[in-house]
Amino acid sequence: MTPPVPSRRGLLFGTAAVSAGAFLTGCTSNESNEKGGAQDPAGGTDDKPGKAVTIGFAGPQADHGWLNAINEQATSRAKTYEDVTLETTEGSNDTAQQIGQIETLINKKVDVLVILPADGKALTQVGLKAMRAGIPVVNLDRIFDSQQAYRCWIGGDNYGMGLNAGRYIGEQLKDKRNAKVVELAGLDNLELTRQRTKGFDDALKNYPNIKKVARQAAEFTVESGQAKMAQLLQAQSSFDALWNHDDDQGVGAERAIKQAGRDEFLMVGGAGAKHAMDAIKADNTVLKATVLYPPTMAASAIDLARALGQGKGVGGLAEQEIPASLTLYSAVVTKENVDEYLPTGFS
Amino acid sequence: MTTGATPGPAVPPPSPAPSTASPAAPGPGTQGPPPGKEPSPPPGARGGPGRRAVPAAFADLRNLSLLGVLAALVVVGAITRPEQFLSGDNLQLVLTQASVIGVVTVGVTLVIIGGGIDLSVGAIVALASVWATTLATQEYGLGGMLLCAVLVGLGCGLVNGALIAYGGMVPFIATLAMLASARGLALQISDGRTQVVTVDPVLELGLPDAYVLGIPPLVLVFAAVTVVGWLVLNRTTFGRRTVAVGGNAEAARLAGIDVRRQRLMLYLLSGLCCGIAAFLLIVLTGSGQNTNGNLYELDAIAAAIIGGTLLSGGRGTITGSVLGVLVFTTITNLFALNNLQSDVQQIAKGAIIVAAVLVQHRTARSGSS
Repeated sequence: MTPPVPSRRGLLFGTAAVSAGAFLTGCTSNESNEKGGAQDPAGGTDDKPGKAVTIGFAGPQADHGWLNAINEQATSRAKTYEDVTLETTEGSNDTAQQIGQIETLINKKVDVLVILPADGKALTQVGLKAMRAGIPVVNLDRIFDSQQAYRCWIGGDNYGMGLNAGRYIGEQLKDKRNAKVVELAGLDNLELTRQRTKGFDDALKNYPNIKKVARQAAEFTVESGQAKMAQLLQAQSSFDALWNHDDDQGVGAERAIKQAGRDEFLMVGGAGAKHAMDAIKADNTVLKATVLYPPTMAASAIDLARALGQGKGVGGLAEQEIPASLTLYSAVVTKENVDEYLPTGFS
Repeated sequence: MTTGATPGPAVPPPSPAPSTASPAAPGPGTQGPPPGKEPSPPPGARGGPGRRAVPAAFADLRNLSLLGVLAALVVVGAITRPEQFLSGDNLQLVLTQASVIGVVTVGVTLVIIGGGIDLSVGAIVALASVWATTLATQEYGLGGMLLCAVLVGLGCGLVNGALIAYGGMVPFIATLAMLASARGLALQISDGRTQVVTVDPVLELGLPDAYVLGIPPLVLVFAAVTVVGWLVLNRTTFGRRTVAVGGNAEAARLAGIDVRRQRLMLYLLSGLCCGIAAFLLIVLTGSGQNTNGNLYELDAIAAAIIGGTLLSGGRGTITGSVLGVLVFTTITNLFALNNLQSDVQQIAKGAIIVAAVLVQHRTARSGSS
């Protein structure tokens, strides 16, 4: 899986896979944990109530299915721990406002901060400020500019998302001569969109028979998804595969496909929304797969924050401390494995 | 009548195209060829008896130059993507995509001519589309959703109008407040989720089976709203009062016009248009989302201004605004067909707006001299 990518990324991938697995098992067993503490000498995160921890959570405005799911994952995860109190700020996409909110949390002297910044670069300073004030920061998804600004980063793998989408499409089309692929990207002024496209292009390089013939950027909204997809369908009279970066804008894209009466291609989505997984399971549309960018990372961030607050490591790892960074794996959900992932689908 | 004809002249491009190349000099000479002039004469002919003869002539020239811009875009499209651009499917697509923002623009144009501004249109579209797809509204079927969207639009328009006309608030501030609160409410009602529509009659309206004589129902609604808007502005007392209030509110008041009532009605109309547009958007996307109608206020105002509507009020045409919308939609379509990246698209869009306005100014000046 890792040969074409640099070794550091490979390391991250490995870490991600291992720890995602570790967290998943942690997830399923947090109600009645019978595993006991003998599993590792360092004493990983167990679910026995420990020292009371107050976690401050600051995220962007949940105006999108995935961000909404992030908030829900964080809140519901915190509720499962009786020793955790969650202080949540109002979501905001305004940098200045979010900085103010985080400063308020610092002043309240919360034990740990979980921050999903609207803009990672712009919020680096306030992350530094929290760390200097002795409050460890769990940086969620959009990464701060400086490693001094967080104790631990956990997030998705945008490059890997593109890579896996490209690989899946490549494998499906590898025997087809002069195959044409179309990309419906997300908001182009976000770094993550460029990373997704880069991964996708890199993966397609392994399949010389496939050519990307068109790429248009939408805005992560249903409306833009419909509009841009309708145009793409006009521009390309026939193609073999479509990668759509985001399942929310995919609602609009699928609508445009239906309106144009087209079905000669296979479609791969992104993020892992429930409606997309339902469609993959039913197998009655062009949508055949979606590449995950799981919002469960917010629940894991709460786990990490609790472990930080209580001075524990992570169960399943030999280390005494929680890792400095965790990258989730962007699994490809297809008809074959959809049942496994359906519970994590967000709406 | 006017609407039916506006898209028409866009199709046979060769003759009006040269008029854009040298818009200033042979301005009067090009009056002959474009068949699109046929619908324009009514305002001009009618302009004769009244004092509005000169402004009406201006408006006609402005529309003519916009038609030229549109024709130039069509030529570019026909050259760069000959198979796709002029196909019937693509024409339908352009008109369909123009319809939602087009309906909004008709309302906004009336408000601006009446001396006001409406910044809340995008947010009202979002709220109406979310409301019509949640709160169990879908259980009431097509009629229920349509009614809900229209009522929400009217309700927001009523609040805007009452605040401005009777509360004495500046339109900019009142509608800005509505922008913020309607978006917030839309976010709250939808809980940040995309509301997927399951009502079949609504979904079917957006599919090719529902086309009437090859025209999508959305486009028909757009055409109907345009015609009604044109009639209201040009053929009714209400329309004349709108122009009077926008031109000089004090003079209009002295002339016995109920300025406040007039303003209230204009915002109500704008809200109504937003409600209709929201329903069209639901049909188009099969869903309601709080991000719907993003930046509609800017697009609608820009289309109206490009179409010759005076931002300070008192002058403007529905035909011009609709042409403005068509220019925007055609640009977007042209870019997508040629697979331009979004950064290039934004730069080019800005340049074309400037070009369109410059062409208009020159046409207007040469018309006056």
